[in-house]
This record gives sequence, structure tokens and C-alpha cells, in this order.
Amino acid sequence: MAERDAYGEEQQDRERFVVRILLALVILAAILLALGWRLSGLQVGAHSHFTTLSENNRLRVEPIAPTRGVIRDRNGVLLAGNRASYQLEVTVEQAGDLDSLLARLRGYVELSEADVERFRRGVRQRRPFQPVLLKAGLDDETVARIAVSRHELPGVEIEARPLRFYPLGSKFSHAVGYVGRINQQDLQRVDGRAYAGTSHIGKSGVERYYEELLHGRPGYRQVEVNAQGRVIRELSVTPPQPGTDLTLTLDVNLQQAAYRALAGRDGAIVAIDPNNGEVLALVSAPGFDPEAFVHGISQGDFAAVRDDKRRPLFNRALSGQYPPGSTIKPLVGLAALNEDVTTAEREMFARGYYQLPGHERRYRDWRREGHGRVDMSRAIAVSSDVYFYDLAHTMGIDRMVPILGAFGIGQRTGIDSTGERAGILPSRDWKRATHDEVWFPGETLITAIGQGYMLSTPLQMADFTAALAVRGERYQPHLLRAMDNGTGEPEYPLPVKREPVTVDAKHWDAIHGSLVEAVHARHGTAWGSVGSTRPEYTIAGKTGTSQVFSLGEDEEYDEDELARRLWDHALFVGYAPAEDPRIAVAVLVEHGGSGGRVAAPVAREVLDAYLLEGAGMTLEVPEDE
Amino acid sequence: MISVTGREMSISQWALRSLRLDSVLLVLLSILLLLGLAVLFSATGESVIALERQVMRIGLGVTAMLLVAQVSMYALRAISPWLFVAGVLLLLAVMWVGDVGKGAQRWLDLGFMRFQPSEIMKLAVPMMVAWYLSLRSGRPRFRDLVVTAALILVPVYLIMQQPDLGTSMLVGAAGFLVVFLAGLGWRWFLGLGVVAAAAIPVLWSQMLDYQRQRVLTLFNPESDPLGAGYHIIQSKIAIGSGGLYGKGWLNGTQSQLEFLPERSTDFIFAVYAEEFGFIGVALLLLLYFAIVARGLWIAALAQDRYARLLGGSISLTFAVYMVVNIGMVTGLLPVVGVPLPLVSYGGTSLVTLMVAFGILMSIASQKRLVNR
Repeated sequence: MAERDAYGEEQQDRERFVVRILLALVILAAILLALGWRLSGLQVGAHSHFTTLSENNRLRVEPIAPTRGVIRDRNGVLLAGNRASYQLEVTVEQAGDLDSLLARLRGYVELSEADVERFRRGVRQRRPFQPVLLKAGLDDETVARIAVSRHELPGVEIEARPLRFYPLGSKFSHAVGYVGRINQQDLQRVDGRAYAGTSHIGKSGVERYYEELLHGRPGYRQVEVNAQGRVIRELSVTPPQPGTDLTLTLDVNLQQAAYRALAGRDGAIVAIDPNNGEVLALVSAPGFDPEAFVHGISQGDFAAVRDDKRRPLFNRALSGQYPPGSTIKPLVGLAALNEDVTTAEREMFARGYYQLPGHERRYRDWRREGHGRVDMSRAIAVSSDVYFYDLAHTMGIDRMVPILGAFGIGQRTGIDSTGERAGILPSRDWKRATHDEVWFPGETLITAIGQGYMLSTPLQMADFTAALAVRGERYQPHLLRAMDNGTGEPEYPLPVKREPVTVDAKHWDAIHGSLVEAVHARHGTAWGSVGSTRPEYTIAGKTGTSQVFSLGEDEEYDEDELARRLWDHALFVGYAPAEDPRIAVAVLVEHGGSGGRVAAPVAREVLDAYLLEGAGMTLEVPEDE
Repeated sequence: MISVTGREMSISQWALRSLRLDSVLLVLLSILLLLGLAVLFSATGESVIALERQVMRIGLGVTAMLLVAQVSMYALRAISPWLFVAGVLLLLAVMWVGDVGKGAQRWLDLGFMRFQPSEIMKLAVPMMVAWYLSLRSGRPRFRDLVVTAALILVPVYLIMQQPDLGTSMLVGAAGFLVVFLAGLGWRWFLGLGVVAAAAIPVLWSQMLDYQRQRVLTLFNPESDPLGAGYHIIQSKIAIGSGGLYGKGWLNGTQSQLEFLPERSTDFIFAVYAEEFGFIGVALLLLLYFAIVARGLWIAALAQDRYARLLGGSISLTFAVYMVVNIGMVTGLLPVVGVPLPLVSYGGTSLVTLMVAFGILMSIASQKRLVNR
């Protein structure tokens, strides 16, 4: 009985067990079906979604930086090129402890605070396995020493990367401009994607103005990467499209001659071909070393350049605004003739000062004793202030302004460079708008001699001188002569004509004559320094002395007693040969003193270099590359 | 000559016959192990060294399985309590002198090898519970429930303290499955369900930060795509991009390019799914189901209650392993660190599983011997 019970219980237990097992199997089958359902949802239902994610994981598009277009002068001399520069790069993933690596590297190469700071910033912003720049511009010896010890420096690599260089350095620093490392502001003015692989961008001058042409278009390579970002293989490549090579209108010889002529003084020289607006020379002195910016200038060095009293970073030729002084007189004279305010022949007696009718104030002439009897031509040649005071008073500001405006005073020329300022052409409207004051008659007088509110840039002065030379034809001043985007057939943009200044032919003759007289007549202001040396060609020109601060009516001006920085700016504008103008030039010597004594000889040197020494002809100059 | 050859053949036949094993289980396990090696080779980036190591472990596991299969069920039953006591003592030892690996104290350094006592408990707990219940008869009563609960929860608690959530869960499941198969009344399940629901907040407070993080990211893996959610996101990408037919063996980009973390261990299923697609996955699930079904079949035919309960528990625990791993890799369950049984790289769990299958084979032979 007990055995049977035990047997029955065993039987019952076994049956219970089998039921439980079957239950478990059913549950397991249900779970497996659920898993299968889930997996089919992932693998079949959402397959394309996950395929996209998987491709995004594994594929990366890397930009290939295009080669920047080079810049040459009109003779083909290289002004801005690219050369391989050795730079030290570190792949952080392979380098181990960075601090100890930097300490070891200091045994091979000098690392400035700025280098290390930039490197650490780069380390934070890099993608995995992307090498980070530590130091650029290594010399051959350093490269050799590091190369020999590479096994001790894991993750350190020396890369040859094309870097901008400027063979003629500071002499062209303002004309050509420079490139520097791209920063956040730069990225706001360009398409960031196009610059993904590019390290440098044009910061000023032609380099900046023609950035889009010079940069070219980046190429891309599609690569497969692993989870660490290391490139496993290359899948496809779209080669970059190199930047366009530019040929400028500048002439190396003329530019260097102009730079030399300034002889270390601060100032600006702009030379333009009046027949087409080509800028032949564009000098602002002192210049600066553009390559310092390419390599990444340190904070200290930058501060030193920025705070230099001589302001080497300031482009005087385009951004410097100066009272044009007496150089404006030919334009005022032309205006008076054109408005029939006077005739070229009418004479007046020019004393040492001028008084408005019913006013006590004396407007002084630069020459205390006056100039005696002068007509228009002589008044310009001797630069009589009193003659022009009288002319201005008769004409009034409203009739003077339009023709000065027609010559471009107060407007940007629109030259293809950066930093150009407009200057100021004062008028009743201008004064009301800017000062909320009425125009005083006395202001008309000093405007006529290029003082007071009037401001002009050296480029503007060269521009109006060019227009003067070719009887009102006005070509857009420009620096770009030709573009070559790799086809081998350079494209020459046509000169752009602007609204001409239309004046009766005889008035041109009168003013031209007066400008020749100013240089070649014994009483001319440029006689002593230029005319008396009997140049081989005829120069038409006008001196100017631009007052930095104004004197009281009875005060005397004594150069020797004044601090040099308060000296007047010396100016000269002119063109030559007078009969068939081929070059117009404007010279500014900051705090140089007298225009006739200081600026005119500088202009003479520039004209000589262009007209006599064969500069300007296309020379065969060996390439620097 | 012929007679000699014939005799030799008869010797080997005799050896095969006298060897106690289950050929169906052996074939199914062999297929799974070979498939696992192929996937592992791909997941380790075609590492021959890893492959050799795994082959050695499999060799060790198969040897252990065959040896255990020769042990009689009576002997296994007799050592069950002692094995359990020894396991608990070793767990306590780990708490005092254990090695720290991956931030958790799980290993005991025996000088010549390191070993994980919690693995013993995967077998010792179901053996102990089966041993206890085989002394009793009929459905488990309240007293049985209290005793078995203590037998299960003490090791589970000790393993959780290491901390090793995955193993403690599996040990608990192995013990619980014995009670379930013994015919625990349904009202007790209801009660257990209530207790379990009440235990959730308690468990939560006992969990370490990394465990809580895993649970939280389960519900929203995208919340931390580069941190805790990275595993799940990359795993789903691998599985999903595999599609119906897969990218082909050795061609899974997610695993070959190392986007998939833990691809040779806990997440090896994703590698398989990426390279062999849904069809491969369905076949793998069928293979697992077949192994479990064979195990349950053996258990159903076992001669006594101990063998029945133990065999059933072993088979179903194996199923739990697989379900938990695949559920976690597909983002249905939290990432608790359970390997894919017999496929994932790693020795201890593989050897334990093979020993368990050795026990199943022993059960199978016992039945055969008795039948004869």
C-alpha cells in the first residue's frame, strides 16, 4: 500500500513535471517569437534607417585644401607664392603624456608660449587621430635633428605643408596684403565648408580682396574610418581646384624705387597709369613683415608692431586721410574757369593775407610777403593762397563742390584692395549733416587751399591727378591685371571707365600749363628741388603742404622749434611726360615739411625710375620658384 | 590483419558504447560551438590568438562535460549539499580576499589560476534546491518554500555584493526554476509576484550607480549617446544594418571598424546579426530552442525527482541566458552583463555551461542504463 502510494505519488510528480515542462516550452517559444519579432523589426523594418546610421558611422568626408593662387607683378615677378614649410605636428592619440612630450621636444626646438597655447587649443578642438600643429616654419637643421630622433618622439611628425611666402617682404606688405590663420571672424565672411581643409585666409590687401579667386575650390576624399576615427582606407577622391594665379598691375622696379625714394621716412606713394587706371606702385612706409602673420605672430610681437609709433600696419596709401593742401588748387582753378568765375588771364595782386569784406580776420598766405601780381597759371605755380581765397570767395562753396566731387574727392575709388577710406568733401549739406552747423564763408576759403575739413587719401590724390593728366578721362584705379585659372591663357579684365570730368579744352590747357610752370619755371614751387636739375622730360606737378594743426593768424611757423610729429605733411602730385602722360603720381611724406623741398624730389625719383630706367617695360625676370 | 583491425574497431565501438553521452545534444552543441568560433573570429578582427584561446577553452569545456557525464547521478546527488556549502564559503572568501577585476570583486586567486566562485553557484544552487526537494514529496509546501528561498537568496545576495548583477540573477533563476518545475502552486506565484513588485524599490536602493545607469539608459539610450547609451545604440545599428541576409562573414562594418563595444563578449550577438542577417538570427534561435528542448526531453525521461528537477532547471537556465543576452543586445532588457551562452569569448561561463550539459548527459545515460 505504502509502495503503491509512493509509486502513485512518483507518477503524479512526473506528470506535474511534464506539464510544467510543456508550459515552460510554450513560454520559451512565445519569448523566442517575441525576440524574432523584435529582430525582424530592426533588421527588416528599420533596415534602411540603421544602414544609414551605419554608413554615417563608417564614412567620413575629408576636405583637401586647394593650392592658393600665386600673385605676380606685371613683369611676372613673384610677389606671393607657396613653398613647402616644415611644421611639427603631434597626433595626440599616439603621443602619450603631452607635458613630458613637450618637455622632450624643447630639447630640439624652441617652443614659445604662443606655440604651446595654440597647440593646446588645437588639442581640445581636434578630431580623433587628427594631427595638431605645434610649430610651423622649422629650419632644415631642426628638421634633421628631429627626424633622427623620431623613435624617441612617438606621435610627432614633420609635415611639409605649402605656406605663403612673400619674396619682397615689407615693400609690398600693404599693396599685396597678407594671409593669416583663419579665425572665427573670417569664417563668418566665407563659406566655412569651403575652408574646412584650409589653414590660412587673406587678411588684407589683394590677398583679401581676391580671396575667393585665390583660394580655389577644395577637393574631397571619402574615407572609411574606424570607431577611433583612424582612416582605414580611401574610397573616392575629388581633386581640389587650385586657386587662380593673379598678375597685378604693380611694377616691382617702380615699387622698389618708390620705397627707396622715401628713404626710411613715413609716407605713401601711389603711381597710376592715367591711360587705363593701372596702379603701378602702391607704397605705404613703413611696411611690415607679412610672413610674421603667416607663421602666426606671437602676442608680444603683434603688440610691438601694433603699438609702434610709426604705425607700420597702417596703410597710409588707402586708409590715410590727409588734408590735400595746395595739391587741390588745380582742381579749384579748373572749377573757377569752368564756372566762368574768372579767366586764366585775369590778374590780381596777391598780398600776404586776405580778408573777407567786412571781417577783421586775416587769412594768411604761406608766404608772408605775398606773391605780387599773379594770373591763374602763376598762382598755381607759386601756390598763392590769397589768389585762391579770392577765387573761392567769388565762386562760393556750392559751385566748387561739384567739380571736386567729379574728381572723386570724398568718395572711395573702389580700388580692388581693402581698407580704403573715402576722405571728406566738405559742403553745406555735409556740415549740416555731420556738425549740425551752418557753413561759414571763411570755411570756403580754406577749403580752396585743401585745408579745413577736407581730407583725401594718397590714392585719391593720384587718381585725380591721373584724371587731370588725361583731360578728365577717369579710369577705375585697379591692381588686377590678369587672372590665370590654370588654363594657361590669362584673362585680362578691361579697364573700367568712370564718369569723366567734362571741361572746356582751353581750361585744361591753362591748368596743364600752370602745372608745368610749377616745376619748370624759376618761380615754381618745385623749381628748386626738381626743375632746376633739368629733368630729361617735362613734369607737370603741384606741391602741397598739408597742415597738421592750424596756426593763429599772427603766429609764425618754425619747423625747427616744433616737434617733428607736428610738422606739416609734405605732398606732391604730378604726371609725366606732360605732353603725353604715362604716369601720374602722388607722394605723401608724413611730417616731411615742405612739399616742394621734400615730396617733389621723391616724386622725381619715381618718375625717373619709370620713364628713364625702363621700369614699366615687361622684363624677363626669373621665377623664384 | 583483418581480424586485428576488426578487433580494434570493436574496441573503439566498445569505448563509444561504454562512454555515457547523449549524441543528439553533442551534435547540437558542436554546431553551436563551431558557429560561435566563426563569429568570434570575425568579432576579434580575425585574431588567431583569440581563436586559439577559445578553442583551448572549448577543449577544456568538452573534456569537463565528458568527465561529468561519466559521473553517476547518485554521486552527483550525494555531493550536492557539500558543493553548495563549499560554494557559499568561497563566496565569503571572495568578499575578504578576492581580486578586483573591472571594478568588481569576483575573482579568487588560487595561485595557478584565477577563478570565479559565483560560477560554481550556477550549478550548486539548483543542485542543492533539487536535492532538498527530492527529500520531500508532493507539491512544495510553505515550509519548503521558506527553506528553498533561503537556499537561493543567500548566494544571490552574496553575488550581488561583489557586485555582479547578471550572475546573481542567473543563479536566482536557476534555483527558482527548480521550485517551479517541482510544481509550486499558482497562488505562490501570485504571492511571489507581489513580493517581487514590492522588492523593486528595495533593489533599486541597493544598486550601485553603474547598475542604475544601465537600467535608466535602457529606457532612453539616446539620452547619453556617447556614454552609457553608446553600447545599445551601436548594437542596434549593427543588428539593423545587417538586414535580411546580413553583410557577410567578416564584412560587418560596425564590428570590423570597432564601433560596436564588447563585440567579442556580451555583444557578440550583434556581430552575428550584422554579418548573417535575420535569416541567420532565426536559425540561431532555432538551434538554441532545439538544445533547450532536447535538455527538457532528457529531464522528462529522468528516473528520479532529483535528476528531473536538476535537468529541467539546467535546460531552462540555459534558455534564460540566451533570452537575457539577446534581449539586452536588442535593447529590450537592461545591459546586465550576461554573455551569449557558448558563443561569447571567455572561459569561466563556457566551462560551467559544459559541465551543466555533462550533468544532462549523465541524466540521459542513467535513464538508458535503467531502461536496459
